[in-house]
Formats: sequence, C-alpha cells, structure tokens
Amino acid sequence: MIPIRIDRDQWGEITESLLRNKTRAFLTAFGIFWGIFMLLLLMGGGKGMEDLLSSNFAGFATNSGFMFSQQTSKPYQGFRKGRWWSIQVPDVERVRHAVPEADVVTPTVRIWGRTALNESKSCNVSICGQFPEYDRVDNPKLVYGRGINEVDIAQRRKVCVIGSRIHQELFSLTENPCGKSFQIDGIYYTVVGVSGKTEGGMSIGGNATTTVLMPYTTLQQAYNIGSRVDILCLTAREGYDMKQVQAKAEAVLKRAHRIHPDDKQAVNMVNAEAMFSMMDELFGGISILVWMIGVGTLLSGVIGVSNIMVVTVKERTTEIGIRRAIGATPADIIFMVMSESVVLTLLAGMSGITMAVLLLHGGDVVYSQVNPDAAPISFQITFSTALVAAGTLSVLGVLAGLAPAYRAMRIKPVDAMREE
Amino acid sequence: MIKLSGIHKTYQGVQPLHVLKGIDLHISKGEFVAIMGASGSGKSTLLNILGILDDYDEGEYLLDNTPIRHLKERQAAHYRNRMIGFIFQSFNLIPFKDAMENVALPLFYQGVSRRKRNELAMQYLEKVGLRDWAHHYPNELSGGQKQRVAIARALITQPRIILADEPTGALDSRTSVEVMNLLKALHQQGMTIVVVTHESGVAYQTQKIVHIKDGLIERIEDNVDPTASPFGHGTVMK
Ligand SMILES: Nc1ncnc2c1ncn2[C@@H]1O[C@H](COP(=O)(O)OP(=O)(O)OP(=O)(O)O)[C@@H](O)[C@H]1O
Ligand SMILES: [Mg+2]
Repeated sequence: MIPIRIDRDQWGEITESLLRNKTRAFLTAFGIFWGIFMLLLLMGGGKGMEDLLSSNFAGFATNSGFMFSQQTSKPYQGFRKGRWWSIQVPDVERVRHAVPEADVVTPTVRIWGRTALNESKSCNVSICGQFPEYDRVDNPKLVYGRGINEVDIAQRRKVCVIGSRIHQELFSLTENPCGKSFQIDGIYYTVVGVSGKTEGGMSIGGNATTTVLMPYTTLQQAYNIGSRVDILCLTAREGYDMKQVQAKAEAVLKRAHRIHPDDKQAVNMVNAEAMFSMMDELFGGISILVWMIGVGTLLSGVIGVSNIMVVTVKERTTEIGIRRAIGATPADIIFMVMSESVVLTLLAGMSGITMAVLLLHGGDVVYSQVNPDAAPISFQITFSTALVAAGTLSVLGVLAGLAPAYRAMRIKPVDAMREE
Repeated sequence: MIKLSGIHKTYQGVQPLHVLKGIDLHISKGEFVAIMGASGSGKSTLLNILGILDDYDEGEYLLDNTPIRHLKERQAAHYRNRMIGFIFQSFNLIPFKDAMENVALPLFYQGVSRRKRNELAMQYLEKVGLRDWAHHYPNELSGGQKQRVAIARALITQPRIILADEPTGALDSRTSVEVMNLLKALHQQGMTIVVVTHESGVAYQTQKIVHIKDGLIERIEDNVDPTASPFGHGTVMK
C-alpha cells in the first residue's frame, strides 16, 4: 500500500517544489483555471439563457397548437378562390367530436385597438374573449383574483382579467384592483383578476400585459360578433402529436366550410409543440457544444500540467535518485509527484470555480438591476455542479500525475550518481 | 558482514560491457576496507552493488546474512534505508533543503515524526561538528562541510555498514583529512566501512586494501598500521 505521509514536510515539499518555479507553475495552473472557468461560465450562461427563454413561455402549454382562418386559395364546390371565411363556435364541437386525440379545444376571439378608461386615466388595450378552459393552453399566472369561470360565461357577466400594464395605467401597481371597474367603449367591466404575465413573454394574439381577458359570451354580446372564432386553440392528449391533431382538425374545418381538401392556405396553423421541441433541441445542442468546448479546454489544461510535470521530473532525476538511494520506495516517489499534480490542479481549478461563480453572480445582480420586474432568472451554477466540478478536478489531477509519476517511479537510485 | 562470491556484472548496451568478472570478497564486522583500482576497473560498480543501488547478474551477495538478490523495489528501499549508509563523491545533498532537513530525510522515509527526526538530525550534525550550520543550504557550505552533512545523513539510520564512493574525491587535502578523520573515528566506534578511492593516502588509513583490476580482485593487502601512511602521519596524498 502507498504509505501516506502527510506532515508539514510533505506539504512543505509540495509548495516548495511548486514555488521553486513560480512562472511555470502559474502558466500550467492557468490552463486548468481557464478550462474550468470557461466551462462553468458557459454552463451558467447557457442555463441563464434557457431560464430567460422559458420564463417567456411561463404558463404556456408546450403541447399546444393554434388554428385560424385565411382566404381560400382554391375554388371548390362552386365557391371562388379568395373567399373569406372564419371558424365558428359550432366548429369547436365538431372538432371535439371528430378528434378524440385533442384534449382541450377552445375558441378565442379578439377585438383590437380599444381604449380602456378609468376616470381620467386611459390605456390602449385589446380584448380577448375566451372560455375557462383556455387557462390550460395559456395560463395567465394570476397575481390577484381569479380567472374567467363557467358562471361568467353562462351569465355573460361583465367581468375581466387585466394585464399588468393595464393594472399600472388605470390603477396603481401597489393596489389590488379586484372589484374595481373601468370602461371600454362605454361598457363598465369589473376586474376579477390580474395576469402575472410579463412584457416580452410569449402570448397568442398580442401583448399579454395590455390584454383584457373576458368571457367569450360577454364579448359576443358587447361587440356583436356572432359566433366568430379568431383562434381555435388545441392541446394534444398525452401520447399524441399536435401535428396529427391539427391535420384531423383541419380536415374537419375544411369539410364544414366547403374548402378544397388540398387548399394549403385557407387554414393557418401554429404548432407550439414543434416549436418547443425545436427549442429543446437547440438548448440540447448548445449544452453539448458548451461541454465540448469546456471539456476540451480543461483536457488541454490537464495535458499541460502533465507535460510540465514530466519535464520537472526529468530535471529532478538526481534528487529523486538521491531519495531512492536513501530509502524512498517507488510508492513514496509516486505519492510525491501525484500530490504535487493534485494540489496544483485543485488550486488552479478552485480559483477557476470561484472566479466563475463570482462572475455569474455579478451577471445575476446586473440582470436583476437592469430588469427589476422581469421574471427572476439565474445564471449561477448550482452547488452540486460546483461539487461535481471539484470532484472532477481531483480526478483530473490524478490523471495528470500519472505520466510524470510513472517516469519518476522508473528513476533508479544509481541515477543519483550520473547526470553531474 | 559482507560475503560476495562469484559476482558478475555486465552493463547491457550497444556494446555489452562485462565489468565485474567474478568477485569474491569477505568483509567482517567492524572492518575498515579500501577498494582501489584504475579508473574504469569497476570499483563504483562493485560499491553500488554492495549498496543495493544496482543489480548484479550472477553470484551471491549476503549482507549481514541477508541474501540480496531479486529484491522487490520496496524491500530494496527498506534495506537501503535501514542497513546501508551511502556517501557519494558529489555529496548528493538535496539543494533546496537545509543541512538539518537533508540529514533528517532518511528518517522521513521511515515515518519518523518531524520533531523526532529533526532532533536526531541535530544530534548527528553535532557529531560531525556542524551544529551551527544546521540551517544553511548546501550551496552555503564548503565541500568538506557538505560531505560531513552527507556523512551525518548516512549515519542517522544507524546502518550496519557505511559505503563511501570516493568521499574525498571532490575535496582538497585539508578537508579530505577532516572527512577521513571522521570515518576513522566511526571505525573506532565499531562501524564497518568500505571506501572506494584511488588516492593511496586515503587507502593507507584503512586496515585492508582491495585492489581491483579489470573486474577481478587482483590482491588484498593487509595494512598493519593504518596510521603509518607512506606520506607521514595524518596526511593524505593529493
Ligand atoms: N550505467 C552504466 N552503463 C554502461 N556502462 C557503465 C555504466 N556505469 C559504468 N559503466 C562502465 O563500466 C566500467 C566501470 O565503471 P565504474 O564506474 O565501476 O568504474 P570505476 O572503477 O568506479 O572508475 P572511476 O575510478 O573512474 O570512478 C566503465 O568502463 C564504465 O564506463
Ligand atoms: Mg567510480
């Protein structure tokens, strides 16, 4: 077994040997330092970006899809091409019936460019009429109050959920506006909830912070929109593809509205599921790239340590020969070289970790100051990542020490007498 | 103490060199022996084999009744550490350790605690008259002082035998005398000592002179009165 003799002499020898050639030790250490620093920085940065993007999608169902109508592009059953049509409320039932793979099927309708008034305060808004089920497609992440419910729908109540911008403009950010009223186009609506969605976040059909959500039926009556549907929102049941679901729903809509089955333009579709999985792949790719760059840099650092230590061992041939001649075992020599390698690697690596953590923390602080009310995101690596990094460093230190230790072990006591 | 019979050693190389061609030698406990011979005759090779610094190819070597053959590196290191004190022509001190640390180093490899071994190192430095130089580094010491530090290092493990390869080879005559006096004093305390030299002034201070020629023992000369150097009392020819 390797006799482990760590006393002050041992430590003294390690530090002494490293300090004897400061520049060299520093340059060697720098490779490791830079490798781990870059790896962690890139990891933290990548995670921060991912956080940032996914905070934009907060509340959004990743298995969702959206359909809306456009002019037809083919003549069919006596209709000219270029006909305007729109999805209607009865289509919802048709799709629900014909596409069991769809989980949520819910219509929304939009009124654009309205002005909301509260006494002298005003705000440009758009109105979205919806059903309670819509929460399962794009959850408003309420910060106050409640969402639209079935009773609101049934009784065509004049209630609404407002976006954060409206909250700020018509009321004040510090007060809970629930129960208060404001008017749009002469009709008073009572606020029942406030959406938590932030600026720049993803939303279907316009900026969520300036959107007034209200019962579809209320909107239907107030603006006389008949049974028009602007966007038909869908989610796929577990195990089903949004693409299949949309294809079937498209066929249903085309049949009901006498649109040519091959018309590519008439039914427009957005597949959020495909988008999300593309983004997942993108981040997967980025993290593989990060790993490759980081691990590559780190490995070249390790090879650097190993190389320089091999040179050091060569230079120390006489010294090692002397040690062997006065009774050092090969294990003693291996331990001596290994401990130097591990200490150098760990020291360099730990400073790399510390530096990266400090910098990432700085990034967090700056981000939260620049965007004080954005969703909290963090670039910081987790504690367990840091631990894994430290563990990896020790292993790398040992690996780096292998070649020089092997060389040192082969030095014979007679070598003390040669090389004068 | 040392029993050699039929020792052969060939250095393998492009041109294999048969250096030792059958050495038989007996050295008893407490003897003070010199090995002499022309340069290249194989003196150092022989001493290295005695000191387990090198292997031999054929023959038998008993050190204090322990057969020294085909040792595992670990075992060899153990014997080197416990049984043998080696003194080199070029001192072979470790340059970045001070005198005391150099002397203490063999004990480090025995696992002796730092305090204990430094204490002992000071005692041995005292014995070689260098207590005041304990914290000087080798490059701050004269050749004679370095060799005395090396002797202290060889002694600290209380070995059975001291082997010295031209211990005065790098010294002037005055410091050579110092070193030889130290070895003689050790001999008087009962230590077995083998010195390789080609200075007859050194050899004549020992009891027995082994002459080596072309890898064989040419003759063994008994030196009846070691103090009666042909160049006068207490001198070393330079
Ligand atoms: N490691 C080695 N490999 C090959 N040949 C060697 C080796 N060491 C010594 N020799 C050769 O072996 C022969 C004996 O060498 P050795 O060192 O024993 O001589 P020596 O008697 O000590 O000589 P000197 O008085 O010059 O020190 C020499 O010819 C030398 O060149
Ligand atoms: Mg020699």
